[in-house]
Amino acid sequence: MKESQRYLQGNTGNWELVVGLEVHAQVISDAKLFSGAATAFGAPPNTQVSLVDAAMPGMLPVINRQCIYQVVRTGLALGAEVNLESVFDRKNYFYPDLPQGYQISQYAKPIVGKGEIIVDLEDGTSRRIAITRIHLEQDAGKSLHDQHPTKTFVDLNRSGVALMEIVSEPDMRSAEEAGAYVRKLRSILRHIKTCDGNMEQGSMRCDVNVSVRRPGEPYGTRCEIKNLNSVRFLMRAIQCESARQIEVIENGGRVIQETRLFDPDRVETRLMRSKEEAHDYRYFPDPDLLPVRLEAEWVAQLKAELPELPNEKRARFVQQYGLTLADAGVLVAEPDRADFFESLAEGRDPKHAANWVVGELLGKLNKTGVELFSAKISAIQLGELIDLIHDDKISGRIAKQVFDEMFETGKDAVRIVEERGLAQVSDEGELDQHIDQILNSNSDKVAEYKAGKEKLFGFFVGQVMKATNGKANPKLVNRLLRGRLSN
Amino acid sequence: MAAEESLIGLSIAEMRDGMRLGEFTAVDLAEAHIAAAESVRELGAYILETPERALEMAAASDARRSKNQIGTLEGIPLAIKDLFCTKGVGTTAASRILDGFVPSYESSVTTNLWRAGAVMTGKANMDEFAMGSSNMTSYFGHVQNPWRRVGDNQPVTPGGSSGGSAALVAANVVPGATGTDTGGSIRQPAAFCGVVGMKPTYGRCSRWGIIAFASSLDQAGPVTRTVRDAAILLRAMAGHDAKDSTSVDVAVPDYEAELSGDMRGLRVGIPKEYRVDGMPSEIEELWLEGADWLRRSGAEIIDISLPHTQYALPTYYIIAPAEASSNLARYDGVKYGLRIADDDLQVQYEKTRGAGFGAEVKRRIMIGTYVLSAGYYDAYYLRAQRVRSLIADDFNQAFEKVDVILTPTTPHQAFLLGEKLEDPVAMYLNDVFTVPSSLAGLPAISVPSGLSDNSLPLGLQLIAPAFREPTLFSVATSLESCAGFVSRPTIVAKKT
Repeated sequence: MKESQRYLQGNTGNWELVVGLEVHAQVISDAKLFSGAATAFGAPPNTQVSLVDAAMPGMLPVINRQCIYQVVRTGLALGAEVNLESVFDRKNYFYPDLPQGYQISQYAKPIVGKGEIIVDLEDGTSRRIAITRIHLEQDAGKSLHDQHPTKTFVDLNRSGVALMEIVSEPDMRSAEEAGAYVRKLRSILRHIKTCDGNMEQGSMRCDVNVSVRRPGEPYGTRCEIKNLNSVRFLMRAIQCESARQIEVIENGGRVIQETRLFDPDRVETRLMRSKEEAHDYRYFPDPDLLPVRLEAEWVAQLKAELPELPNEKRARFVQQYGLTLADAGVLVAEPDRADFFESLAEGRDPKHAANWVVGELLGKLNKTGVELFSAKISAIQLGELIDLIHDDKISGRIAKQVFDEMFETGKDAVRIVEERGLAQVSDEGELDQHIDQILNSNSDKVAEYKAGKEKLFGFFVGQVMKATNGKANPKLVNRLLRGRLSN
Repeated sequence: MAAEESLIGLSIAEMRDGMRLGEFTAVDLAEAHIAAAESVRELGAYILETPERALEMAAASDARRSKNQIGTLEGIPLAIKDLFCTKGVGTTAASRILDGFVPSYESSVTTNLWRAGAVMTGKANMDEFAMGSSNMTSYFGHVQNPWRRVGDNQPVTPGGSSGGSAALVAANVVPGATGTDTGGSIRQPAAFCGVVGMKPTYGRCSRWGIIAFASSLDQAGPVTRTVRDAAILLRAMAGHDAKDSTSVDVAVPDYEAELSGDMRGLRVGIPKEYRVDGMPSEIEELWLEGADWLRRSGAEIIDISLPHTQYALPTYYIIAPAEASSNLARYDGVKYGLRIADDDLQVQYEKTRGAGFGAEVKRRIMIGTYVLSAGYYDAYYLRAQRVRSLIADDFNQAFEKVDVILTPTTPHQAFLLGEKLEDPVAMYLNDVFTVPSSLAGLPAISVPSGLSDNSLPLGLQLIAPAFREPTLFSVATSLESCAGFVSRPTIVAKKT
């Protein structure tokens, strides 16, 4: 990386940005971490609350084994150490949406230790970001301040939902790296189905620690920015927070360790609480729960059963399908995208299939903001479209029109081609008629062509296409025209 | 009615046999015990009497009996400590902060009892959130011990925290009651009231639905007038419960079948560390006498050492308040119970908790908050946990040499109501003999064994290895028959 890209430019010289992330990922599970209540998103307030989630007197937590299974798989997918003994602690603080008055979390002995994520950057390089730990914890409920002019309402649907907190080392040096880290992490979690990664629904949230320093110097004082719910906001928050810190220092001040909030409308970070106001959480082991003890063989079995991870899949796509590393990278970023591609490529030219997915389909999804899983076009349907091109039933140009309609309506390609009469004209007699007419009405150009102005060949092709509304089989038109013009 | 006259004061076993023989019905028992409660209301031992429910449950029990569906506690009237959540019946933990709280669920232990056929007569008074050794901390008024000293009529403490349970059983208001024991809360009031109180192994009874005081110590157990009744009652209370992660999956034996009282070959340990300074000679003498009874019954008496005993009390008064400070955080005026509303959230918390909790509960929340605070955690909580495992090791080593340990239950007789309130440390010293086995999670029982010089009851305690309740009950039977404790309290329910 070039010096100028690596450092931030201040008024007094270069600054290095240092970023560490805490990602809270909601565990995919049927029930909450310590109660049997359901975890569906968007349910009416307080409809997914058990007696345990509401912290009724005398209620006790019981660990949901599915959540243990999921976090262990996540650790294994990040090449991390799985701790065979871990402990749940209580993090004590008062808040209306925290019914117990404490959050059950893991503090001194988390279930997953050191691991790493290899992050791919846009310039084609990659970086290794170390994972410090992953622990399991309960989510809190939600305070609703906008339901009543003077009252705050509390929705406990999220209370007790299992979260994995994935903590990185301060290994990132730019907002881009932080963004790439979150995208890669999300891709891995989606591949192994331990978190759906839907940041806008809150099932993945980031807290980011930002500091700046002169190149080569020790870490500066960090600030934490809480609760960022998109990659875009994360990157913007890092940019404006680092700019703020540089300005503070360059104006002779010093950065104070504190917790801040990002305001996406004003594109700035704001003080939430200072270090002095920080809670003393009085962590201690939860006496209602026994330590979590895992069998080494069970962990080994989960490791063996892990599905193919994004980097492995990318290497296979390059090798098996002959794709470029870049295309393969795009395809494996989301597991459903990779699956779509593989089912499309089956029995077809894989590069052709990749071009359709990367070029047309993803472009369309991006433009319309539709997610692949809710797109109206299936891999089978897109395959049929590609087959029509391959079988010379339609031209590539027509295919793009057909694709647009398929994307919008979900209709089959064959039906669209029929309904709109878009089938390629491959009838030599019919094409000959068109050619006769064109050559006759353009006898001057025919003469010029024959005199050596070969560029005009394209003009004749275009005229035939125009006369057939673009449906003429271009290969056939070429052959017929060459035949007619050569004698 | 001649039959009914004898219904008050019967043991659980006698009631069971009487109903089996058709001498009386569950409804007869319920009516007699409803009247019994009315006759001694001055004791303040119930927070809530539930006569309608008792009659309903008794009628249902009689109906089951007529179909030959007979549980192990079929038709037996029981009082339930007000720390057990009972569905549709107010449950307060004797605290203002839960005044008016009616659970929509039933604790696992009481569920087991109702399944065994028992009949609830009411919710027994207690120290607030089970914190106390005097029953003076209840928001619903103190409980009086049915016993009086010879020569004066001053009210005496029943002990605590299960003081209501012990007083009700002692005064013949019920044959049995549930209690909970965190550091002696069943055994100490049992000793003060001259009844049997038993704390099982930690994990033996489910804690689900019992309002938590200190999670790693709380255990439910029976309060009865005889050892046999304690065995019958515990069998019905105990059992594994998937809803309590600390409940242990060990089969529940038929404890009553193991009450042989055969002491031959049994080794009884006498720990030298339980001779504490200032302990009245009458306690020491009773202890020696108890050892002598067991020796004459065929047991071998062995002097043992539990070297870390002196650290048990300070350890307990770090761990229990630490857990309590966190367990009681849920009483915040947001979801249920008392709320003293204020526009400022922080002020609402302060007003609600300030008014909702009594002085002793506040003291323990503050101690607990302090010992868990950053900078103090290692010095207090962590160190206390280490000492706790040393105390458990003491017992493990002792139980290589002996089968059961004999000690006094308390270092002195019951004190007067209101005494020691100004000196919490003196109050905490009540638990000096009961706390070590609580910290080690071991089963222990208090058996009424004699009277003090001024005629208040005194108890002896037996401690056994984990899940050796059968041994405990068997030795307790022997102790009970040797002691021949037949004295009755001054105030007992009137026979109707």
